[in-house]
Amino acid sequence: MALPAYAGWGERLWYYTFRFLCFLIFVFLISPILIVLPLSFNVEPYFSFTPGMLAGDAEAYSLRWYRDILTNGMANPEATTGWWADVWNNAQWVRSMRNSFFIGIFATIIATAFGTLAAVGLSRSEMPFKKSIMAILISPMIVPLVITAAGTFKAFSLFGLAYTHIGVILAHAILGIPFVIITVTATLVGFDQSLVQAAYSMGASPLRAFFKVQMPLILPGVISGALFAFVTSFDEVVVVIALGSVEQRTIPRQMFSGIREQISPTILAVATILVIISIALLATLELIRRRGERLRGVTPT
Amino acid sequence: MTTATAETIDDALLKKRLDKAMFRSRLRAFLLVSPLLLFLFVAFIAPIGYFLGLGIWDSTFHNHMPKTTEALRDWNSISEPDEKMYAALVADMVVARENRTIGKVATRVNREKPGSRSLFTSSARKAAKLEAPFKESLPGVKKNWNDIAVWQAMKTASRRLTPGYYAAALDLKLNSDGSFQRQDEKRRIHMILMLRTLQISLLVTLFCLFLGYPIAYLLATLPARTSNLLLILVLLPFWTSILVRTTAWIAMLQSQGVVNDLLVYFGITDDGSRYSLIYNKLGTLIAMTHILLPFMVLPLYSVMKGIPPSYVRAAKSLGATNWTAFWRVYAPQTIPGIGAGAILVFIVAIGYYITPALVGGQEGTMISNTIDDHMRKSLNWSLASALGGVLMIVVLTLYWLYDRVVGIDNMKLG
Amino acid sequence: MKKVTTLLAASLAAAVGVANAADSITVVSWGGAYTKSQVEAYHKPWMAATGNTVVSEDYNGGLSEVKAQVEAGNVKWDLVDVELSDAIRGCDEGLLEPLDINDMPAGADGTAAADDFLPGTYYDCAIANIVWSTIYAYDSTKMENKPSTIADFFDLESFPGKRGLRKNPKANLEMALMADGVAAADVYDVLGTEEGVERALAKMETLKGNVVWWEAGAQPPQLLADGEVTMTTAYNGRIFNAVASENKPFEIVWDGQIWDLDLWVMPKGAPNKEAAMDFIKYSTGTEALAAQASWISYGPARKSSASLVGSFHDQPDLKMDVHMPTAPNNMTNALQNNFEFWADNQDQLNEQFNAWLAR
Repeated sequence: MALPAYAGWGERLWYYTFRFLCFLIFVFLISPILIVLPLSFNVEPYFSFTPGMLAGDAEAYSLRWYRDILTNGMANPEATTGWWADVWNNAQWVRSMRNSFFIGIFATIIATAFGTLAAVGLSRSEMPFKKSIMAILISPMIVPLVITAAGTFKAFSLFGLAYTHIGVILAHAILGIPFVIITVTATLVGFDQSLVQAAYSMGASPLRAFFKVQMPLILPGVISGALFAFVTSFDEVVVVIALGSVEQRTIPRQMFSGIREQISPTILAVATILVIISIALLATLELIRRRGERLRGVTPT
Repeated sequence: MTTATAETIDDALLKKRLDKAMFRSRLRAFLLVSPLLLFLFVAFIAPIGYFLGLGIWDSTFHNHMPKTTEALRDWNSISEPDEKMYAALVADMVVARENRTIGKVATRVNREKPGSRSLFTSSARKAAKLEAPFKESLPGVKKNWNDIAVWQAMKTASRRLTPGYYAAALDLKLNSDGSFQRQDEKRRIHMILMLRTLQISLLVTLFCLFLGYPIAYLLATLPARTSNLLLILVLLPFWTSILVRTTAWIAMLQSQGVVNDLLVYFGITDDGSRYSLIYNKLGTLIAMTHILLPFMVLPLYSVMKGIPPSYVRAAKSLGATNWTAFWRVYAPQTIPGIGAGAILVFIVAIGYYITPALVGGQEGTMISNTIDDHMRKSLNWSLASALGGVLMIVVLTLYWLYDRVVGIDNMKLG
Repeated sequence: MKKVTTLLAASLAAAVGVANAADSITVVSWGGAYTKSQVEAYHKPWMAATGNTVVSEDYNGGLSEVKAQVEAGNVKWDLVDVELSDAIRGCDEGLLEPLDINDMPAGADGTAAADDFLPGTYYDCAIANIVWSTIYAYDSTKMENKPSTIADFFDLESFPGKRGLRKNPKANLEMALMADGVAAADVYDVLGTEEGVERALAKMETLKGNVVWWEAGAQPPQLLADGEVTMTTAYNGRIFNAVASENKPFEIVWDGQIWDLDLWVMPKGAPNKEAAMDFIKYSTGTEALAAQASWISYGPARKSSASLVGSFHDQPDLKMDVHMPTAPNNMTNALQNNFEFWADNQDQLNEQFNAWLAR
């Protein structure tokens, strides 16, 4: 919507006002995320810029909060041997990170496997009760988390699954399923079923036809669904509060209690690392999207 | 082979075979979905049903005070309790004390009649030593046992299927005769919170719309290269942890935070009177708008991208002003996007927990936080369940609306 | 075959033996300076003496986690440091293991445990370790006049600024009544009536809009230090430690203090009962309680510990006894938290308090 050469002054004014407004909204969107980065290097235990930081004084910046991520909870931070083993086994944030990845990866595998299978079934034209089933499969995204957490806690307790990794993994898998369903069915919308028929007619088994014909084409959808599922688990707190004990404590859970009780810049340092992770995820997703479009012969818009 | 009958038979056979093949392929499609459906049913739908059932089914008193329950069944709630009822009560209390279940019973009755907890726990301690007639000896321990209101409370508690919790969730009080009355004005809280939740969700939805519409429009009308770049600015927050974004807003808005620092620096306020921008409703509104904005921008953007620019051009060439062309031609075409975004944001907002818990302070907390409070602080799962039921009804209605307006199969991400 | 069995049995015994030699118990307490005092006085020496390990967890009080774990049939916590009303309630609801005072070791002077513990500090399921208090404190550098009575806390005119209060009716309602002129001895009688609750809430209403609510014990000193509030209620030990260890200019006002007990309880079905029992015995011993008093200003629950209470651990000049809630000078207008009142009325007052907050 470039400004035409014949635009009057009113139009010009509106054009620039509008651009400025949009600029402000983008500032609103992005500034909180950017502000975290410099603050995490603050040498003082505050959440605000010190005069030293503003003056660009190198002394006002430090890595102490990043060190704190590694050392907080260590049995012996001053030890000369076995330091990294101690970090790996005892440091609170490191343990939370291990839990986050462990729970996230397994939840993603379950959600992606079940979800992809179901999405393939859902996109067949013969599928009965399509709409109602779709509504059920998407519902974990809609039901308030507090209710999901309460329900799974109460029911999982009956089977001894509360306060176990399995319990949290199952609950997170449920939360990830809608994302897999949505992304995979979206890639299947343009899918030509006759390709599978062709594979059958040439003697391929259903399994072979799926993995050799259908899978490569829906792979971008599966991967981005898996990424969504992983991020959902990686970012989830409410279910972990209900279903997890200290042994299942994840990074967001640790951040949640940190923010509630004693807010230290260590949280900002962790936040910075998470922002970097999300940038990496976003880049991956963008690459997958481009590849998918190329594969399906859709020109990028 | 070519006789008329053979053809008919062949037709019938063919139809049958076709039906069979159709059935098989339907079955095959269904079988692909069934593992997930089964999993969701066992691990998600049944658990939620179980939790919501707690709001109408409470067997605490029935299970732990069986004799009293039996004796209360025939009582008319008005006449003076007789010796049989007293005897049943004492017998149950002795057992409940031994099994350490008396506290649960006391908690249950205490909900019907506040202040009666210690009546049960302390009387139970002495129950084993009491002698008949219990109608005399029990009030000897605590004279409140003569109070008919205590017995009425027990009668209410002895019913397993109870509307009491849902009544409490709607700020009503269940009388012992089964009628309802409005809760005392000073105790009304849940409807206030529910309304506040709706109000916050509505405001957040509106803010998201006002902020999301212009940038979605900008993104949809800019050349692809620029708009892809700007889209990252929308997607990055979307992919960033909610906890990170909430933390970031605390750093921005707290009284020693960046925004207040800037305000002081520019002389808009002085150091002594910094604004309270967080730990209140304003904080919840700002942080939630930020977190949910991408949910509005993305559906709007995908709808706007599909609107051919030629419509607006045609309108202008027919003499419409810029405003008319936008308002009469462009805007109506974006309504599906507005509907999709607004309902989605509203649904997600209404069940929000984390952000209000962290930055909401007192006036910025929502119904989810109250449900959580009842589960962790007052340990009243039944009331939590009833409140959850009310919330579920609202959410499911909106979900249904979403399906009608947008269609669940049209949901898109990123 | 027999050889294999013996081998198996031997290795099994070895495995069990190893497990016994290195039990790990989870002890849950209130975090911050308080947990630190317990780590120094209880955990470290106990671990050194027995070779067991203690995993320390923080919580904000209440029974919800204990109840959830017991009902989930998957108890993770071995010991929890609770307030008295929760100890009584948890015991009545069958959430806690019974504890017998006669299993506790005699005092250092040989007095039997039942006589050595202060009256009212042991119950069916709970043994007290310390006496603590809810007080209010202010930052002396930010106050022109010095507040000295509980009424001053509620006086926004003479002492302007934000107040920090615990987000819980407990202690707040009592303080409001005392500030409103009710004598400490009458507080619970007044609070037992509908009008009394109204009166307390009306007094609190005068502060509304100027309150920052806190939940964790570590928050109030932080709120004072950050300048978010000018006065706040707090647990006395937290303020004491901020002054003693971090040189914060905070002052405690003892007038209208509400003292209470912290007790050990064992959730029903705790995974390491024996080791946990041993830990209780150790930590409520005469020396351990006295040692704790050199880390935080909470009074030991044993009489025999009183004479051993010395000075702050790294400041020999800082005598601890005058900073205890039980020091005579601090007790001039003090109230003991009435656990029975709270066990009875907690649900309803919570409800009313929350309704008041929401209005």
